[in-house]
Amino acid sequence: MSSSVESLVNRDYKYGFVTDIEADTAPKGLNEDIIRLISAKKGEPEWLLEWRLKAFRGWSKMTEPHSWPNIKYCPIDYQNLRYYSAPKTAKPLGSLDEADPRLLETYNKLGIPLTEQKLLAGVAVDAIFDSVSVGTTYKAKLAEAGVIFCSFGEAVREHPELVRKYLGSVVPASDNFFAALNAAVFSDGSFVFVPRGVQCPMELSTYFRINAAETGQFERTLIIAEEGASVSYLEGCTAPKRDENQLHAAVVELVALDNATIKYSTVQNWYAGDEEGRGGIYNFVTKRGKCAGANSKISWTQVETGSAITWKYPSVILQGDNSVGEFYSVAVVNGRQQADTGTKMIHLGKNTRSTIVSKGISAGQGQNSYRGLVKVLPRAAGARNYTQCDSMLIGNRCGAHTFPYIDVQNSTAAVEHEASTSKIGEDQIFYLKQRGLNTENAISMIVNGFCKEVFKELPMEFAVEAQKLLGVSLEGSVG
Amino acid sequence: MARKTAMLEVKGLRATAGDKEILRGIDLTVNPGEVHAVMGPNGSGKSTLAQVLAGHPAYEVTAGRVLYDGKDLLDMEPEERAQAGIFLAFQYPVEIPGISNAYFLRAAYNEIRKARGLEEVDSMDFLDLLEEKLRLVEWGPEIMSRAVNSGFSGGEKKRNEILQMAVLEPRLAILDETDSGLDIDALRVVASGVNALRRPNNATIVVTHYQRLLNYIVPDRVHVLVGGRIVRSGGKELALELEARGYEWLEEAAEAAL
Repeated sequence: MSSSVESLVNRDYKYGFVTDIEADTAPKGLNEDIIRLISAKKGEPEWLLEWRLKAFRGWSKMTEPHSWPNIKYCPIDYQNLRYYSAPKTAKPLGSLDEADPRLLETYNKLGIPLTEQKLLAGVAVDAIFDSVSVGTTYKAKLAEAGVIFCSFGEAVREHPELVRKYLGSVVPASDNFFAALNAAVFSDGSFVFVPRGVQCPMELSTYFRINAAETGQFERTLIIAEEGASVSYLEGCTAPKRDENQLHAAVVELVALDNATIKYSTVQNWYAGDEEGRGGIYNFVTKRGKCAGANSKISWTQVETGSAITWKYPSVILQGDNSVGEFYSVAVVNGRQQADTGTKMIHLGKNTRSTIVSKGISAGQGQNSYRGLVKVLPRAAGARNYTQCDSMLIGNRCGAHTFPYIDVQNSTAAVEHEASTSKIGEDQIFYLKQRGLNTENAISMIVNGFCKEVFKELPMEFAVEAQKLLGVSLEGSVG
Repeated sequence: MARKTAMLEVKGLRATAGDKEILRGIDLTVNPGEVHAVMGPNGSGKSTLAQVLAGHPAYEVTAGRVLYDGKDLLDMEPEERAQAGIFLAFQYPVEIPGISNAYFLRAAYNEIRKARGLEEVDSMDFLDLLEEKLRLVEWGPEIMSRAVNSGFSGGEKKRNEILQMAVLEPRLAILDETDSGLDIDALRVVASGVNALRRPNNATIVVTHYQRLLNYIVPDRVHVLVGGRIVRSGGKELALELEARGYEWLEEAAEAAL
């Protein structure tokens, strides 16, 4: 009955191409000299170099996590990676016209409209090509509102006091193995600062892209919303095809002060590897937000369809009273992809609330794990959490796993957990086919229906993209 | 040689599910404008016949052939059959959570239009079309924003099948036990919907266990399926005879014939 469900024909990765640009790369390997080189190349102040070195020394004593995540991979040879790579053109540019036309072409192929289209769409883009930002648009308009949106490197130069105040305040350099690695060698990233009382006038977005061979990517993003401020940030990425596994160890820190709101949306489509699971990105990311102030809110929405391995747990520390944390997630694994993803909601303040909606879809031989922690500390009277964790299986060779951890230390807290596992059946597909839809459209419709609660949290433009991406990701998952 | 007028011509059709043979040589000819009733006891293969005609992958056709408008139906994917005008009203309609009835039905409608080289309709035009079809099944527009069959009662699911049929305007509609689980009011709504959709150039196969539905949808031909074969065919009076005598006498006759 399910024989047709099992036949898998993977389509070539649509965005698998490499731009031929001579990279200004550091030699392979990782040591204090490399870190000094990175810091010097970026013209960083002494305190930041010291911060990096301290992180490196801490990292040197840590071990790569292999025991607890439900993922399998060979230990990474960190001495065989390069930790700095920048396109030759990466001197500061006055305008986009000065950018390397091949870079722009690459962005166009990826459908990243850095140009007029995007301007008309009202989205400011801080595009990252390898390690250095090559263009930032709409800065003037944002500056008018008092919003700072720039590359991390620029923030270090222009707003060192802000960076120094908040860097590592949510994800300390010693937090975990990959966060420590990132702290030591982070290349570039985005910085957003929305001052008191300002509603950011547009959605902010960054597109990431890995390009140079064997170059690890270590983005670092820091978003701060002051009292009463609000911002919506979009992150999307596609990566070119590569034979070597590529490590992506990013760190994202969000800080929301009193009455501030941060909405962070991700559509992730890194290269997932070939049918045998060769190549593909290791996406080992630490994302965490701190609702530092009362009545603040941080909302994570993620659609994860790419990467050979995904290891990430966008979390919220609910420190301010009445603060709200949300996590909406769609994670798709197909082929031989593995995902261990979920969230942590740490309730510290009174009457803090959190919502977790996780939709895991497993196809092919993919393995999908939800791992979530809901922790209510003694002071968090009246804390509430609602968790809904649904898994969908397509075919007989994939797996869905759920690891919920609940730790409640206050008796007035209310924590709910609902979970379901379903399988796309031949009957569901047949029903839609009988109404005239082909198999792929049928699957796409069923899966989109399954993910609806998450998609409705995405900004409109992203939601459409995400639905398409889901269709593409599951192409060929059912014969 | 197929008669030129036949819409559906089934010859010596055999089908299995797993290693079990369920259809053991079905012959059936349906002409445009006709309503055929396929009756029979439980397990006789009625629903299997309906599913095989629609192309359900759980069944394997092992012998025979089926011509639909002169084309080899068994060679077509289920969606191609649907696009060619075959509609199966399911005995157990499937739930599609998170997808609204309106979205689903418009997608189906547009797939079928596309296959026929017609332009797709936008959601505004589709709503106009729906309004008229909803009246046919005596429903308000609220049903269209609910997820497909999710949380529908048994009767609502069956009515939703008829609504879909009304929108998709099939040439050959196959109703698989659409009457089961319906109360008398729902039965009347469903039957009047089906009757309203009868045209000289389309045809209906009504699969049912009971004669009851045939009081409302009057068949031109009645076939009795026993043990995967049609053991008797007749006019609408055959259904009444079955109502009076049950299926046993035909089952005994079928066994005796083996």
